[in-house]
Amino acid sequence: MMTLKVNGREHQVHADPDTPLLYVLREDIKLNAAKFGCGLGQCGACTVIVDGKAVLSCVTPMVLLEGKQVTTLEGLGTVAEPAPIQRAFMEEQAAQCGYCIAGMMMRAQALLQKNTRPTDEQIRAELEPHLCRCGTHMRILRAVHRAARLMDTADASSVVGGRGR
Amino acid sequence: MTGRSRIVAGIIAIALLGGAAAAFAIVWRPAIAAVEPPGPQAFDAALVKRGRELAAIGNCNNCHTVQGTRNFAGGLPVPTPFGTIFSSNITPDAETGIGKWSEAAFRRAMRSGVNREGQHLYPTFPYDHFTHVSDEDDRALYAFLMTRQPVRAPPRENQLAFPFNQRFAVAGWKLLFLRQDTYQPDPGQSAEWNRGAYLVEGLAHCGDCHTPRNALGAERNSAQFAGGDVDHWHAYALNDRSHAPMPWDADALYAYLRDGWHPDHGTARGPMAEVVDNLSSIPANDVRAIAVYMAGVSGTPTPARIREGEAAQAQAGPSTAPVSEANAAGASIYAAACASCHAGGRPLPYGGVNLALSTAVAGPDPRNLANIVLSGVQPVAGERSPIMPGFAANMTDAQVSALLNYLRARFSNRPPWSGVEEIVRDARHAQTALLQTSPARRNGPADTKQREKP
Repeated sequence: MMTLKVNGREHQVHADPDTPLLYVLREDIKLNAAKFGCGLGQCGACTVIVDGKAVLSCVTPMVLLEGKQVTTLEGLGTVAEPAPIQRAFMEEQAAQCGYCIAGMMMRAQALLQKNTRPTDEQIRAELEPHLCRCGTHMRILRAVHRAARLMDTADASSVVGGRGR
Repeated sequence: MTGRSRIVAGIIAIALLGGAAAAFAIVWRPAIAAVEPPGPQAFDAALVKRGRELAAIGNCNNCHTVQGTRNFAGGLPVPTPFGTIFSSNITPDAETGIGKWSEAAFRRAMRSGVNREGQHLYPTFPYDHFTHVSDEDDRALYAFLMTRQPVRAPPRENQLAFPFNQRFAVAGWKLLFLRQDTYQPDPGQSAEWNRGAYLVEGLAHCGDCHTPRNALGAERNSAQFAGGDVDHWHAYALNDRSHAPMPWDADALYAYLRDGWHPDHGTARGPMAEVVDNLSSIPANDVRAIAVYMAGVSGTPTPARIREGEAAQAQAGPSTAPVSEANAAGASIYAAACASCHAGGRPLPYGGVNLALSTAVAGPDPRNLANIVLSGVQPVAGERSPIMPGFAANMTDAQVSALLNYLRARFSNRPPWSGVEEIVRDARHAQTALLQTSPARRNGPADTKQREKP
């Protein structure tokens, strides 16, 4: 039995120390935003934030998480009140099939927390570990820039479902 | 003034003048006349292709290309004990590159480390090795570089303190350490061995990283291939002082240099990953020649060395020895984060090397192991290649240190490392900086089907 702090709440989890965080999130805590992609830390679909850093949850065993704070996409915003990063991705229509997007958003969120105005180059470098087979990369780039602006200005005129540009 | 003192004064004056003339002769090099950039049509395609292969053997792109920027445009910071030196632009741009260099000027730079204008170049450009390259190969390299895309990229100012910022001082360094001679084949050895020796000691400049350096930054010839330091990595000893648990032979070296991995030794990473990436694109017989020569450098394994290899293989099996209390945390991290690949019994490249066979675990210090745990192994596009996720974001320095200490105790028969936590901290800092400057391996030539094509 171990205590896992996720999105500000403590969960008592029955899991072996080598269980990947991703399995605990999806199966025990029922938080399904983080996706299983490759299981080898090569695609980025499982990315969550641990103590402020983007982490591949499929290769992060529970033994490494003692005393750390996990944030998943569910911890950023809700359907009624999406976080800036979620609004930006919707407004730019950056998801096609969407499987990679939760991971993309989490790494972008971690980037924006330490760099409020990243350059195009910095965003590309940061998101480099993430695969998207649909090809919405240009929209994803725009969405991260938009999220940076939203976080900056809290632009009230920018609404969910707004024109994508 | 008496007649005698006049003679003495005359002798002193002549000695001073002679000394000044000698110093001038040592330091001063003339400029070589600028030429109009010859343009890509001026060179034979076969010569350019040969030059491309030679440039890969010389690993030119590793220092002369910064990740994410144009090929061969220079600007890479090279840290040295004397300060930071920035690599130069070797594209044929007339103003900022080598566009105005004649072949003679290029050959002089390779042979004696002097640029077209007559300035001494710092020996971060390894002309102590390149001096052995033949005229014919210099011609092909020149043809290759002069047919690249010209890039306008002004040189970056070196960050060197006095007296190292005085280029004439390099002339003194050359007097001491630069031995200009062409490679003389050893008639007692095979043609393949001689080819390998020519490449290794010359263009491939293996000793640049793998040979330790003296206080003036020159390779210590008495300790050739005894292991050196480069970019926060340790370049392993390749001679009889190798830390590799399993002895190397020519076949293993060939496979490793060609593919980037070998089942008994693991995966090339750090600066060596870029080297093997280049070697994957050249003709197989040159890689074979390098392997044959380097196997000679390692020497035939002694019986003691062979026993060590057998002990390592025994250690690779399941362990029944109890884990010390100090290593319990590291053991559980290994079991949870590493063992599924490294103890899964799945051979390379799809499984990880058994860590009892890893030179990183048996090595003289934990730098390489720390680097690899933090940054992982990038896949090579289009090729089956080993992969490993980096754990920089998943593990604290304390967790990485605990893991390293455990691995050393469990998978080697060598004494514990000291100062592990500090080395892990430095490695994390260096990897973050390195990621921004090192050439991207994942963009390298990778498709094996392309290897023999121009």
